[in-house]
Amino acid sequence: MTAVTYTGLELVRNLRNRQYFVLSLGLPVSLYLLMAGPRRDVTDLAGSGVSAPLYYLTGIIAFATIAAMLAGGARIAGDRVAGWTRQLRLTPLPARAYLRGKLAAAYMMALIAIGLLDAAGAALGVRLPAGVWLHMTGLVLIGLIPFAALGVALGHALGVEALGPAVGGLTSLLAFVSGTWFPLGHGTLADLAPYLPSYWLVQASRVALGSGWPVQGWLVVAAWSAALTAAAAYAYRRDTRRS
Amino acid sequence: MSSIRTGAGIVARGLEKTFRTPRGEVHAVQGIDLAIAPGEIVALLGPNGAGKSTAIDLLLGLTPPDRGEVTLFGRPPAAAIAAGEVTAMLQTGGLLRDFTVGELVRLVASLYPAPRPVGEVLALTGLDQLADHRTQRLSGGQAQRVRFALALVAGARLIVLDEPTVAMDVEARRGLWATVRVAAAHGTTVLFATHYLDEADAHADRIVLLAHGRVVADGPATEIKARVGLRTIKATLPGADLAALHRLPGVTGAERRGDAVVLTCSDADRAVRALLAGFDPRDLEIAGADLERAFVALTADPEARRAA
Repeated sequence: MTAVTYTGLELVRNLRNRQYFVLSLGLPVSLYLLMAGPRRDVTDLAGSGVSAPLYYLTGIIAFATIAAMLAGGARIAGDRVAGWTRQLRLTPLPARAYLRGKLAAAYMMALIAIGLLDAAGAALGVRLPAGVWLHMTGLVLIGLIPFAALGVALGHALGVEALGPAVGGLTSLLAFVSGTWFPLGHGTLADLAPYLPSYWLVQASRVALGSGWPVQGWLVVAAWSAALTAAAAYAYRRDTRRS
Repeated sequence: MSSIRTGAGIVARGLEKTFRTPRGEVHAVQGIDLAIAPGEIVALLGPNGAGKSTAIDLLLGLTPPDRGEVTLFGRPPAAAIAAGEVTAMLQTGGLLRDFTVGELVRLVASLYPAPRPVGEVLALTGLDQLADHRTQRLSGGQAQRVRFALALVAGARLIVLDEPTVAMDVEARRGLWATVRVAAAHGTTVLFATHYLDEADAHADRIVLLAHGRVVADGPATEIKARVGLRTIKATLPGADLAALHRLPGVTGAERRGDAVVLTCSDADRAVRALLAGFDPRDLEIAGADLERAFVALTADPEARRAA
């Protein structure tokens, strides 16, 4: 019961912080419209087999949701600096429940971003059968697990000042090397990208081609999830021991 | 209920904690033994660097000790915390942004199995008018009252307050201590750290004096003051012979302050009798050594104390 209340309040807190809310959501939607708008009639973007509005849609969804997950977990650092995590450790709220609240809030922001971007995509003519849409969105939500863990790790390991550059920089870098803004074609980048979890978020658009993730996609996402969860657990233990 | 029968609130045995810093090891706590009964109000007093904050962290289980052990109501700190028996107002205790005072107090109340009614706590802490204010817009004193409200609403059996009245105005302070006293009367154990000596003197049943990571005195304020063994006699005595006064039995020091003299006494009873027999003092005042004097005497460097 208490854990549910706590999660609820964590959600409310995100909605109340208007700057955080508007910037996290407004920016990706504008970016999408700017990129996909002029190319709305391209039906096969650079040999990907996917239309430009759909390709960019999953690209920008990957960008926005990665940012949401990293920023959501990173908000732990704010609570830590404010002394709130220490205060919470003296209450009966289990550390697990606190984490659940943070992750639920991060996923909520990611879902709102997906909803808004889907609406923008629809405005540019993206039409998907319900089953395909569900499959695609499901893959995105699963593909976000490593980033949820990474956000928690950053929140425990970094100072508040370092978080802006870390979240912004990591998101941009991952987006760039994962084919968010354009299909990767051939070359070193294209060979390496499939080992990154962010690549598979963008590849969720392949559902529209009827293919979804191959086994490699599942393996890469699972491996990163395990590794980053271990990193988050380590950062958490190190952080609480230090205080 | 079994923990009540053990009769102990806080029990600490042989606590030690050393921190490794770039400049070498800091022996923050070098052996603290402590037993605090339910319903006691105990002040943790000591100069900066005496180990107060580390001691509190060890007692609350926020920092694991290198040696020794702590039990709260007969169980390890983590278990007592999980059972909602502990609450603390920490110096660093933050207030979450984007929440109102009322929401925050309700949120913390919801985390405990037997919280106090939120309305009652807001009234007790004078926050009922501020319940709808966002926490980031509070003044320092108001924020401190909110921290106290968060500690109070838990309805816990142990309240730990670290420098609780910092930034509070006189009225808020008075309210806090009155509330603490009522809670203690209902069996709540209260441990507070302060650097206001008069606050410890006035509000604690017992003072635990820390210096250099050790307990150097532990008892009621009167007893600690008496341990230093000094009393002062002040009297108006124009033109008195200081040397003669100094020779009186029980007097260890004499100094002049205008027309008055101040005698420091190891045995004030004998000194008064001798003073009245041999002189004609007026406006006679006898005072115990104040806590500040005891504090300085007892927390001085151990080397200096041994030499004295």
